[in-house]
Amino acid sequence: MIATGPDAVREQTPPLPASDLVVEATHLRKRFGLTCALEEVSLSLEAGCGLTLLGPNGTGKSTLLRILATLLRPTSGSLRITGLDALKEPAAVRGAIDMVGHGTWIYEDLTAIENLRFWSVMGGHDAARARLRAALESVELDTVAECRARIFSAGMKRRLALARVLLGRARLLLLDEPFTGLDRAGRKWLGEFLMSFKARGGAFVVATHSFDAGLGVADRIAILAGGRLALDRPTTELGHDDLRRLYDDLALGPGVAS
Amino acid sequence: MRRAWIVVWKDVLSERRSKESLNALVFFSLLLLFVFQFALGPERAKVETALPGLLWLGFVLAGLLAFGRTFLVERENDCWEGLVLAPGDKSAIYLGKLAGNVLLMAVVEAVLVLLFALFFNLDFTSALPGLVLVLALGTLGLAAVGTLFGAITAQLRARELLFPVLLLPAAVPVLLASVSATQTVLLGEPLADAAAWLKLLAVADLVYLVIGVLTFEFVLEG
Amino acid sequence: MAVRVLGWLAVLGLMAGLVAAFGYAPREVVQGNVQRIMYLHVPSVLTAYLAFALVFVGSVGYLLTRRAGWDRLALAAAEPGVIFTGITIVSGSIWGKPTWGTWWTWDARLTSTAVLFLVYLGYLLLRGMLDEPDRRARAAAVVGILGAANIPIVHFSVKWWRALHQPATILGPEPSPIAAPIALTLFVNWLAFTLLFLYLLAKRTAIAQLEEHHAE
Repeated sequence: MIATGPDAVREQTPPLPASDLVVEATHLRKRFGLTCALEEVSLSLEAGCGLTLLGPNGTGKSTLLRILATLLRPTSGSLRITGLDALKEPAAVRGAIDMVGHGTWIYEDLTAIENLRFWSVMGGHDAARARLRAALESVELDTVAECRARIFSAGMKRRLALARVLLGRARLLLLDEPFTGLDRAGRKWLGEFLMSFKARGGAFVVATHSFDAGLGVADRIAILAGGRLALDRPTTELGHDDLRRLYDDLALGPGVAS
Repeated sequence: MRRAWIVVWKDVLSERRSKESLNALVFFSLLLLFVFQFALGPERAKVETALPGLLWLGFVLAGLLAFGRTFLVERENDCWEGLVLAPGDKSAIYLGKLAGNVLLMAVVEAVLVLLFALFFNLDFTSALPGLVLVLALGTLGLAAVGTLFGAITAQLRARELLFPVLLLPAAVPVLLASVSATQTVLLGEPLADAAAWLKLLAVADLVYLVIGVLTFEFVLEG
Repeated sequence: MAVRVLGWLAVLGLMAGLVAAFGYAPREVVQGNVQRIMYLHVPSVLTAYLAFALVFVGSVGYLLTRRAGWDRLALAAAEPGVIFTGITIVSGSIWGKPTWGTWWTWDARLTSTAVLFLVYLGYLLLRGMLDEPDRRARAAAVVGILGAANIPIVHFSVKWWRALHQPATILGPEPSPIAAPIALTLFVNWLAFTLLFLYLLAKRTAIAQLEEHHAE
């Protein structure tokens, strides 16, 4: 269980200060040649808050996520992460960001624990074996710690990526389609992980086209349609069915039966 | 730097387990030997005169393959973005990758020199210290540029085409200097005769290293 | 407006240079009229060096400031630079044919220039393969910086390499003291070429700016 994770890990990753704006994006635009992938996207995210970015494939969710991760520069607009200008000083900001995207950053020829060791050192964190093992226990991969990552299933790889996140000091976690390939238990597990991440003061953005899974984890919902942010509301404001209808309308076009 | 070291550790470990690059490169060197001999005809004398050039031709060709693959493991495992997001000084990654490349080339070069000695019945023992020095300086220069350009072309679809196009002209001075110095060494002449070339190599290596270290963060930005 | 004046000055300069090269400068004793091609060859290579120096400046400027203007400078300088380098090589080759009886020789300057040509051709090829402006500018900048830093290294390595095989080249301006008419003709042509290059640079920069605006 994540919420009551091993003490070894929690001691070395102290809780983060809350009530800060982790993400402050204003008027982001991204053009690829003549196509406009993102148009006038503004959003903000406080610490301890989780945002689900909904939208069918191709609407620019991944693009937005990559811009938030400072992996891509927007054509125009501004972005502040943990208070720093992410466009002027991306290097300073990256220590606070972690991402579990389509690529899970796992070297297949290395074992689980070796992967963790590599990314811990790269991130400048303590890579003591005990700490790495504790993280693997938290994600229930300790039994396969010495196995090469090549044999892992998609779900296992994602759990390994989350173990990496645990070992870091990220305040902003970005997840791109994290629910794909996960069964019901896996989704529940991921939800708990995200809750615990929030509880420690972090913020996350989950980009997904899966309505139900995305709704379950978030405090806020945003819908991205045609490169624009069509909706950005706390989940408590709207009922499930209303949201569903809105999503179908905005994302799939009016007149589509929900 | 700790991080440079961990990059080397990771690459060596990956390589040892997959055995992709090293085996292929060593085998490639063996094939080159045959190709050179066939291209030059059956006379041994021709090969002996052309030896310094042939050696370096072999090293450059192997280098093109090896350096082009510098970030292959990152690409295949989708880890490139992880490196981009890693905080701190990116030049540690450059140095780590460079060290890995130099190690790889060192093995390949040792094998190639050994094979040449074996197949053409040549005796390198007296020239060995000088030869090692020249090889080291030349390889460092090739690897410094190769690692940098390898990173630049890593994300391109046409990387197999563009990488040699970029590397070869940039490698001309290293090649000229290394071949000349190797010739001096193999002819048994004193190393001091090649001093000018060695100094050129040292200066070039330094320039390339500095540029690599300073500009790598701009290459690895996504 | 200023660019138009520049263009006209360049044309005037080129005409003056042509007149000087054929009318004013003396006929070389040994090589004959073919030697006049030097007035094309030398200014070309000097202009090419200016171009690549500007590529270096633009590259460093972009990496330090991330402002597109520097990248435009690098691009706008590289294209004419490659052209002038090509002119240098071709004119050198034409010069060499009647003089040495061969179209190509591994003469130190020709070889260095050929390497230079290949380096910056690769630079342009690289630019052509990247669409995203920021990535393209960064990658090109690194290649441009290394290419420029390599110029003196290439120069010396090729020069020494040639010295191993043959004494100094005969393909060059007369050793000092250079006769006044020759020096003057060289100077006029060099000035004209530089003006032409600056005109091309300005034009290419404007085109690059238009391309960016159009894409928006």
